[in-house]
Formats: sequence, structure tokens, C-alpha cells
Amino acid sequence: MARPEGCALVTGSSRGIGAATAIALAADGWPVRVNYRSDEQGAREVAEKIEAAGGSATVVQGDVADPAAVKALLEPGEDGPVLCLVNNAGLRLDGLSPQIEDDQWQRVIDVNLTATFRATREALKPMLRARYGRIVNVSSVVGLHANAGQANYAASKAGVIGFTKTVAVEVARRGVTVNAVAPGLIETALTEEIVGGELEKAIPARRVGTPEEAAACIRFLASEEASYVTGTTLTVDGGLSA
Amino acid sequence: MPTDVTTENVEKVIYDGLVELGTERDELSREATLEDLDIDSLDLVELAQIVEDEFGVELKGDDVKDVKTVGEVIDLVVSKSS
Repeated sequence: MARPEGCALVTGSSRGIGAATAIALAADGWPVRVNYRSDEQGAREVAEKIEAAGGSATVVQGDVADPAAVKALLEPGEDGPVLCLVNNAGLRLDGLSPQIEDDQWQRVIDVNLTATFRATREALKPMLRARYGRIVNVSSVVGLHANAGQANYAASKAGVIGFTKTVAVEVARRGVTVNAVAPGLIETALTEEIVGGELEKAIPARRVGTPEEAAACIRFLASEEASYVTGTTLTVDGGLSA
Repeated sequence: MPTDVTTENVEKVIYDGLVELGTERDELSREATLEDLDIDSLDLVELAQIVEDEFGVELKGDDVKDVKTVGEVIDLVVSKSS
């Protein structure tokens, strides 16, 4: 089925994987909503890049941890309903599990998992009606394999994978696909303190990935060509979890 | 502006919605069961969305889990608005 009129929303797309994804989706012809929480400058730069390349972008502020903001981000606008949703906004607040405070736990779950649920719930309304939709949730290899010091992050990212699978089977018969990507060590603000360390030597590719390499996977899962791919998790980690 | 929630208006929107979801119009009646019309849980989610868009009445999962017939759906929407 040809793609109906609509737009793509990439949460947390002022930098890193989100920014690269917004640019990649715009190149595929999606009008893109570039969402940011605090980095307005970064979001504007992403939108400028998209427009310079002939694409269309709207910069939208909103903290995905706020239910009302999520609702607003997904309201149909001049760019149509959101028919492609990339739940990318995320954070990590690391610590060994005996030392993780309740608020460190909750904040990570709220942003990484609960916001993914709320945005998906909202996005499915127009997608089901349109008989078309693409949802890509950004998980992590840490959702698949242990990484000491990230129990809260791991729980949230494993939760994203379980959530992805179940929603995928619920809506598959309506032409809506729901998939996840599980990036390994990607060079972003979220990983800047670990890049270059011992972990890098454990990666078979012997290097960290780029945001563009992660975005390429998201772009594929969001494409029309990926219409028969749903409920899966695509790892992009240089062989780390192989 | 949402449409006025009268039984007549709701019946029209529900019937049109069910046709959109694949039901034959001549199979529709207040007594017809959703099961007989082959309306599944995901169809009901969509029907709830149609109702919300048209009347501004929100049907939650718990509201619709026990409805069996088309008439019960119509009555539910009318009662939720009052």
C-alpha cells in the first residue's frame, strides 16, 4: 500500500541518533517533526539541515515524560497525522543496583519506557484509521545483554522490546508495523564518557558506531519496503552482541 | 464542533463506522451482535476512535468490554455523554 499523507515524529531529535534519524526520514520524503526538550538550538540546526536538503521540518518542544506534552506532539497538524513515530528520546542515570535511588529508577522508566507507551498509544489512533503506520522504538543492546551499572536503563530498554513485540502483533493486520532497534555503543552525548575505553576493544568492529549508522536501520524499518517486518529488534552494534 | 449526541446521530455514526470496518449495511440492526458481524476487539478500538472524533465522547477499554450488540454500543455512547 502506498504511503498516505502524514508526517514523522522523532522524539529527542535535537542531536545524536534522533537528529540523524530525522534527517534520514526527511530524505525519504517524510515531513518531520523535530522534537526537543531543552536543546532548541540543536533542533533548529537539524531542521535547517533538512530544509537545506529540500525536505520539510517543524521544530516542536516537549518533554516526553509529560503526558500532556506527548499528546500535543502527536496532534494532527498542517503536516497531517503522525504516521511514522520514532520513540528515540532517552536518558541514562547509571549506578549499581543497590545504589539506584527511587527517583533515578523512575525517571529512566518514565522517559525510556512509559513515554514510548504513551506516544505509541496516541499515534496508533490515526495509524489504525489510515491502515498504515510505522513505529520504531529505540531500545539498546543493554536491553538484550547485561551491562553492570545500568539496571534501570536495562529494565527500561528490555521493556521497550517486550512492548514492541506485543503491540506489533496487536496491530499487524492494520498495516501498522512496530519494531525496535538496539544500538550498541554509538558516539552520542549519552555515551561520550565511555567511548574510547575498554568497552571499545570488546566490539568486534573495533570502533564505536555513528548516529548515521543507527539511523540507517531506523530508516529501513520506517520505510515502505519494510512492510512485512514487524515485532523485531534490529541490533546495530558492530557485532557486540553476536 | 462535536455532533450532538442523540440516539439517531449515534446510530448513524456507528452504522457508518461498522460499514467502514467491513460490515454489510443490510446486516446492521440494534440486535445484531458484534460477534456475528465479525467485529473484533481492534475494530472496537477503531469504532471508539470514530465516536470520539465525532462526538467527543471517550470510550475506554473497560466501557466496551462487556458490550455484545450494536444497540448496546449506541446506548453506551448516549449514556456516556449525559
